[in-house]
Amino acid sequence: MAGLSLDLIALQLFAGLALGAIYVLFAIGLSLIFGMLTVVNFAHGAFYMVGAYAGLYMLSLGGNFWICLIAVPLAVGLFGLAVERILIRPLYGRGLDYPLLLTFGLSYVMVELVRIVFGKTGYPFDTPEILQGAVNIGVGYFPLYRLFVIGATAAVLLALWLFLEKTSFGLIIRAGARDPQIVRVLGVDVTRVWLIVFGIGTAIAGFAGLLAAPLQGVIPEMGGTILAEAFVVTVVGGMGSIGGAVLAGLLVGVVVSMTSLFAPEMAKVSIFALMAVVLIVRPQGFFGRGGLMS
Amino acid sequence: MREITQPYKRPQAPPVSWFQFATKHRAAIASLVVLVFPLVMPFTALAVNILIYGLYALGFNLVYGYLGLLSFGHAALFGTGAYLCGIAIAHFALPWFVAIGLGIIGGLLMAALIGVLAIRTRGIYFAMVTMALSQCVYYLFYQAVDWTGGENGLRGINVRVIDILGVKLDFINPLTRYYVIAAFVIAAFFVLSRILASPFGAVIEAVRENETRAKASGYDATLTRLITFVLSGGFCGLAGALQALHLSIVPIEILHYDTSGIVVMIALLGGMGTFFGPMIGAAAFLLLENLVSLWTVHWQLIVGAVFMICVLFFPAGIWGTLISRGKP
Repeated sequence: MAGLSLDLIALQLFAGLALGAIYVLFAIGLSLIFGMLTVVNFAHGAFYMVGAYAGLYMLSLGGNFWICLIAVPLAVGLFGLAVERILIRPLYGRGLDYPLLLTFGLSYVMVELVRIVFGKTGYPFDTPEILQGAVNIGVGYFPLYRLFVIGATAAVLLALWLFLEKTSFGLIIRAGARDPQIVRVLGVDVTRVWLIVFGIGTAIAGFAGLLAAPLQGVIPEMGGTILAEAFVVTVVGGMGSIGGAVLAGLLVGVVVSMTSLFAPEMAKVSIFALMAVVLIVRPQGFFGRGGLMS
Repeated sequence: MREITQPYKRPQAPPVSWFQFATKHRAAIASLVVLVFPLVMPFTALAVNILIYGLYALGFNLVYGYLGLLSFGHAALFGTGAYLCGIAIAHFALPWFVAIGLGIIGGLLMAALIGVLAIRTRGIYFAMVTMALSQCVYYLFYQAVDWTGGENGLRGINVRVIDILGVKLDFINPLTRYYVIAAFVIAAFFVLSRILASPFGAVIEAVRENETRAKASGYDATLTRLITFVLSGGFCGLAGALQALHLSIVPIEILHYDTSGIVVMIALLGGMGTFFGPMIGAAAFLLLENLVSLWTVHWQLIVGAVFMICVLFFPAGIWGTLISRGKP
């Protein structure tokens, strides 16, 4: 353990935060959709994957990365709107399992469609030129792109927070998450709010997929793995809680990063161990509300 | 004036309908169908697959259909059964019946382990926790290369002859293999039917229908859930062990998330919470998969779309829709 300095640990901590940032974005969309619509979106991984492929496609058409950062979430979000309107809306009021099962089937269809269009093998995804290289962050050199991922995530979180807390539409969303019945009685078209929330959630998933693409490449199955890990994040943080998703996402990222430094073979298993501990000590998660459990 | 007194009419027992008859003898009927099944199938290997996946779905249905908990982690139970059976034969050269027994025990233990954690959460959480835990099991088996062969799968599970009290059966012959596996599936039918008909079976459904009332009647809902999940693990472990014998290899994909997903599709397609549903679902699913893969490699597209249509329009599944029409 000679090479194991404090700086190395600090760097690894930052790498964990970058990884955690992707988890945060993914889990926030999942949590937002669940908190509002009580739909567990099993196709969330597929939206994430579509985001990465949409970015790949736009870049191949000659677009640049900065345009993609706006265009990809918009495109994925629009697709999400269509999915909610056509497929999920007929299932409201039929029990929590049905939307879950439907989005599960949808994820198969989406993954297979992408395989038909782009082929079964993955693609590398180049880091945009301006973001290549590393910068000194005080404890050592850190890849610039990962720093950018952390920054972009913070920006999305800030925008989302402002939207939810400071706008009147955000007020409706927060009220709707607490009691849709009352909001409906007050004359708000809740179905329209649900539609938009699903669109926002999937748009963020697409954004996360695009951000993750340069880090891990692009393959049709990339959504499946992160879905299981994001479930860990939501269970640890508390389902339907955005603050919980942020905290737990960063925590999971750091745990993965740290175990891959000290015990690489346990890196994949460590987060599930974390989940097991949380389930035993605090089954509703850090910020979970008891009512959503049953 | 209205007549007040009427001559006493003795209430007559209603004639036993076909439906009640079928429910009473469900295990026997299912067994008869299984016995003649290979005669109507295009090839026996497909019939064996349907049997094994049907048994797997039967175990899953106990949790999803009867207990009302949606599990997305049943691959861990199925896979553990397969690996334990395979390891017993490939590493220790144990006889086949010991290996199958170990497969069942493996399924039971894994279900107990996952169950203890997952039962602490309920409702929609259950699906997520079981999925995450089964992903964890996948990584653990993936890394235990010495025992499981890791990415290459566990090879060398060669059982050529099934020896029952001196009678030697040729396990290579597809039809003999079918009937050996069918014997276990039929035994599972009778065990499951007995469990469902027992007072405990009634408690399982009571917990699904109204937990508060079940608790008020003095039943421990959490314990009922755990026991049912563990029992389900036994059936899935048996299915996994038979799969290992049938394939003579255990691929790592058996623990993959897709294996958990397939059984959800099968159970829903056939009709959850019905006795015959899982088998019918397995037959429908595998036949569809085989037919579609004849003309395209993208069978998942069709299967996913059919599943979505099923969720949207036929949530009761094939068998569930049939009996709701035919029920007197």
